[in-house]
Amino acid sequence: MTRSRIFGSIGIVWVLATLAVIAYATRLGLFVAPTEATMGNVQRIFYYHVPTSMLSLLFPYVNFAASLCYLFWRRRDPLKALTADAIAVSSAEVTVVYSSICLLTGMLWGRAAWGIWWTWDARLTSMLLLWLLYVSYLMLRKLSSTGQTHTLAAVLSVFAAIDVPIVYMSIQWWRTQHPAPVFGGGADSGIDPSMKPAFWFNVLGWAMWGIFLLIMRYALERRRQESDQDAALQAIEASLEIAK
Amino acid sequence: MSYFGHVFAHLRKDLQLEWRSRDSINGMLFFSLLVVVVFAFAFDPTREMSRQIAGGILWVALLFAATTALNQSWTRELRNRVLDAQRMSPAPASALFLGKALANLLFVALVEVVLAPLFIVFYNLHALGQGWMFAVVMPLGTWALVCNGTFFAALGLRTRNRELLLPLILFPISIPALLGMMQATTDILSGEMDPGPWIRLLVAYNIAFTTACLLLFETVLSAE
Repeated sequence: MTRSRIFGSIGIVWVLATLAVIAYATRLGLFVAPTEATMGNVQRIFYYHVPTSMLSLLFPYVNFAASLCYLFWRRRDPLKALTADAIAVSSAEVTVVYSSICLLTGMLWGRAAWGIWWTWDARLTSMLLLWLLYVSYLMLRKLSSTGQTHTLAAVLSVFAAIDVPIVYMSIQWWRTQHPAPVFGGGADSGIDPSMKPAFWFNVLGWAMWGIFLLIMRYALERRRQESDQDAALQAIEASLEIAK
Repeated sequence: MSYFGHVFAHLRKDLQLEWRSRDSINGMLFFSLLVVVVFAFAFDPTREMSRQIAGGILWVALLFAATTALNQSWTRELRNRVLDAQRMSPAPASALFLGKALANLLFVALVEVVLAPLFIVFYNLHALGQGWMFAVVMPLGTWALVCNGTFFAALGLRTRNRELLLPLILFPISIPALLGMMQATTDILSGEMDPGPWIRLLVAYNIAFTTACLLLFETVLSAE
């Protein structure tokens, strides 16, 4: 079997496994896990909101690592560099998707549970800034001229990575110097053990889904890169024909 | 020539070019004045409230003004294929960046010097905290904007929609620094809290990003 056939089969198995885990986790979250004491059934969005939020904090690191690899290999091994760049753009897109889900589900939950859509507390503000940083990364990729896109985006990714801890610290200071009303809840500080299966299966399911998205987008990007290379090769050969 | 010789040569070049036309400075000055006036209609502050919001408005006005000038600062290098000459020269690329960033710092500082009395007049301000701290906050804050701004303006040099791209990538990265400068200014004006932590944040931010800009500029310049 060729390599791509093997990967194709693994891919299909992965997708089916992912869908199965997500279906199971959703059933656990919506029906099996016990109803929460104060918020009632509204709380069940927790099983969707928190896993995606946790995962949206993971993919930026993948982007950072891939960008560093790109900058390292850029002159030394261009083909590896292109692979790294494809991973970088895929993980950035998955980051944006997951942090968007985090923000939107958070807003829905906040409105339903506390009556407000938004508040400028430390966690929400930091998540919003993460979203902004990676949207700006994608905008740079879209607007920059073709030859330069990879390098410029990698550089911006390095800047974003330096910025993340600074953002975190500064927003914490901002919100502890001028204390805002403390809205309890947040991650799983003391969730009942009977809720844990639902929670962790959701984390697993959405992690598998995120990896699946990453790899699909990576494959798409690689095909695009290869078709660009073919087009460039054809152009070169055509120019050689004319030159003859 | 030493490294700082190169930096100074670039700085002098930018100052001379700007002095001949004075486009950027005039544009920046008038733009920030307009922003201040528009905000006055937005908020119409009483004297008490003006101390709370003046810091924010000042830095928003400077941010927008600096953005308009930063785009222009690199277009000088596009004419006559100067940028290609820069890339081929043996001088270190980071010297070009540093010279240009320092030039932009001087331009924005000039705008601040003109804008500050206007602010005091429009908002009837006098600092309740330690006014001398402005001499610390203003340069730190301005450098934070100008350093990253000059770098990202260079990032956008050959993109389409160049003017559009700079704010899109500059503003998210600058938010911690903006928070720091606005909070520090408000704390000095209102005298309510100690601006110390915010000043420390600005120093850390400036050190981190100046280092990153100097190290990565070569990569950006030869990004093809």
